[in-house]
Amino acid sequence: MHLAAHFPGVNNTTVWADARSESQIDFSSFEHLARTAERGKFDFFFLAEGLRLREHNGRIHDLDVVGRPESLTVLNALAAVTDRLGLAATVNATFNEPYELARRLATLDHLSDGRAAWNVVTSSDAFTGENFRRGGYLDRADRYTRAAEFVATARELWDSWTPDGESRPFAHHGRHFAVSGEFTVPRSPQGHPVVIQAGDSDEGREFAAGAADIIFTRHGTLEAGREFYADVKARLAKYGRRPADLKIMPGVTFVLGDTDEEAQENAAEIRHQQISPQNALLALEQVWGRDLSGYDPDGPLPASDPVPDSDLVQGRVRHGDPLAVAARWRAVSEAKGLSIRQTVIETTGRQSFIGSPRTVAAQLTAFTEAGAADGFILVPHLTPGGLDDFVDRVVPLLQESGTFRSEYTGSTLRSHLGQADPVWKG
Amino acid sequence: MTANRPLHLAAEIGGPPHYDAGHYLALARLAERGTLDFVTLGDSFARPGPDALAVLSRIAPATDRVGLVPTVTTTHTEPFHVSSAVATLDWVSRGRAGWNAEVSTTEAEARLFGRRSAAPAAALWQEAGETADVAARLWDSWEDDAEIRDTATGRFIDRDRLHYVDFEGSTFSVRGPAIVPRPPQGRPVTVIDGTGTPAREPAARHADVVHIRATTPEQAAAVRDDVRRRAAAHGRDPADLRFLAALTVDLGDAETTPEPGLESGPRFAGRDSYFRGGPVDLAELITRWHRSGAVDGFHLTPITPARDLERIVNGTVALLQHRSLFRTFYPGGTLREHLGLTRPASRYALARTAGEGA
Repeated sequence: MHLAAHFPGVNNTTVWADARSESQIDFSSFEHLARTAERGKFDFFFLAEGLRLREHNGRIHDLDVVGRPESLTVLNALAAVTDRLGLAATVNATFNEPYELARRLATLDHLSDGRAAWNVVTSSDAFTGENFRRGGYLDRADRYTRAAEFVATARELWDSWTPDGESRPFAHHGRHFAVSGEFTVPRSPQGHPVVIQAGDSDEGREFAAGAADIIFTRHGTLEAGREFYADVKARLAKYGRRPADLKIMPGVTFVLGDTDEEAQENAAEIRHQQISPQNALLALEQVWGRDLSGYDPDGPLPASDPVPDSDLVQGRVRHGDPLAVAARWRAVSEAKGLSIRQTVIETTGRQSFIGSPRTVAAQLTAFTEAGAADGFILVPHLTPGGLDDFVDRVVPLLQESGTFRSEYTGSTLRSHLGQADPVWKG
Repeated sequence: MTANRPLHLAAEIGGPPHYDAGHYLALARLAERGTLDFVTLGDSFARPGPDALAVLSRIAPATDRVGLVPTVTTTHTEPFHVSSAVATLDWVSRGRAGWNAEVSTTEAEARLFGRRSAAPAAALWQEAGETADVAARLWDSWEDDAEIRDTATGRFIDRDRLHYVDFEGSTFSVRGPAIVPRPPQGRPVTVIDGTGTPAREPAARHADVVHIRATTPEQAAAVRDDVRRRAAAHGRDPADLRFLAALTVDLGDAETTPEPGLESGPRFAGRDSYFRGGPVDLAELITRWHRSGAVDGFHLTPITPARDLERIVNGTVALLQHRSLFRTFYPGGTLREHLGLTRPASRYALARTAGEGA
């Protein structure tokens, strides 16, 4: 089993009102979580990215935890206070250029002695583009062709130095990039930093099968996880890759308690904190696409239907057809007699694993044994202490059963993943 | 007469490229032992070497006080990314970050990106100035107390304390606000080499620290006076700028160093601002230039970092400290404090509170 820790800095699952919630900006918070993950012998530490603050109804959204430092810079600093932990940065391939990003990633791999990873994401929205020269919009298909060519170009740059430390000129002339010259950084300890791909779409799966070392998914249920796992692993052969070459790691949440009952109570309490009355209305507005600020969060759902293609919410990924989501929420609300807030709590719950340490360890093991995942990216709901209990109470059980490592056997992230360094293609 | 102004010293820790943190960390710790204001690490896409901002981030948690100033080039990097990375260096170093703004002038660098052709230095420096401008606006775009965590209303931030910068430059635009909350120093320290004509205007408008390459105090004073005049014309208080003479130093022939107190002129060799001599000669030079009031201090680039920085700290700095010309400890924690610069208020906070008062 492979384990990673997601820094729970910015999102609406972070419980900031809890008395134990500290800064999501101060370096001490990153240091605490990273050291905890390393103490638990985790494979890597994962940072997300934001390039524009969300908006709601034409104004900056003020309910979520927002504000974060820039990922690669934080990870370089964390390399100073950790020894073995992999360091993964989410960096957008739409609003960066291959030469500069390949250089920054190779530098992190050198400065961390082989622990760097890059989570490749793309963006299609002109809203984010307003902060960048690129400005405008890439349609969905172009996002992935650019990302694929971006990764390929970065690999050409990383391979432009021989393993013996000799620099050779490179030239790449493709549809999205025309770059040539000499790369300034020698081949890094891992050869290429580990590449992670996030995204469940067909294009995303194909891209990951061809180019990624890890795929970060959101499939929280065993059945959905098995379907996804089988599909993605089956795509590898056509790229000449083996199943072990791509690790499938869903992002999951967890809630612990001394007993399963206590864990369920804790989970309910956390959901209540996550979905404040204001957040419940916000979630409703995201589906309905209309200003519903006059509604009572403890009252019933709106009788009217959602507005399709609304731009009420900016900077947040929208999932699915609003009319279908609304119909599903109505059905849940009517069947159980739930208010707006209760309905949102019921339908948007994302707590994947709830129980005593023993129960959660068994659930995680069942997941990997059933072929639904190779491991997990854990998303705690508290900054920075949200991983403490897991490392202190769940990890030892996984170690006892031989499911998870008791000691690091190598020093690079690829060695943790059991993957060989990429072959140099000069 | 400005002879009583505190002396400021900084040193470059680059040289032949290294890709391990230990090399740079040892030099930064040495500089910190000498209570230098800051270390710089040069950078360019044009020659081998690691990303300088990354290196100084890597050594930030392993140092305590010394300021960390990477070169960041503005020609091919997105201004929004520049602003975020420098602000983050300030967060991870707990208020010790600066950046030395530079431009990329060559066609070879342009081809690495394939986005635009090489441009004249004047145009690139104008763009660098705009980048410094928008970076400062982005650093201001979160007021210091924007994070409110108000449980009663469920609001994590007060959106009235976050601001769009709506910057329209000649080659880019940025909507804002920043993603990174306002850094510990408010604005990390901006350093620009103001010697050349194209850089002088951006230095006057945006720099906190101006480097000047000159061979005599008179030459340095002439550049300083020009930058001060320009700064005043932009409504800045010239007293808010620090001027450091940039000097490449070769302390390799220490055995020829005269006894302390012996009158011995520094030997400038070859092109401007290259000094060759012993640590004591260097201390004499620094003392004389500082006493003349031409500059606030020196930015020293050791020609062989490991050897020369050791001689600077144990020889030159020790002598300056002995003469009470240079401090023996850091009285503050942030780079702005080392430099005697105040922490700026957010321009948006000032505008908002002025509006409330009206």
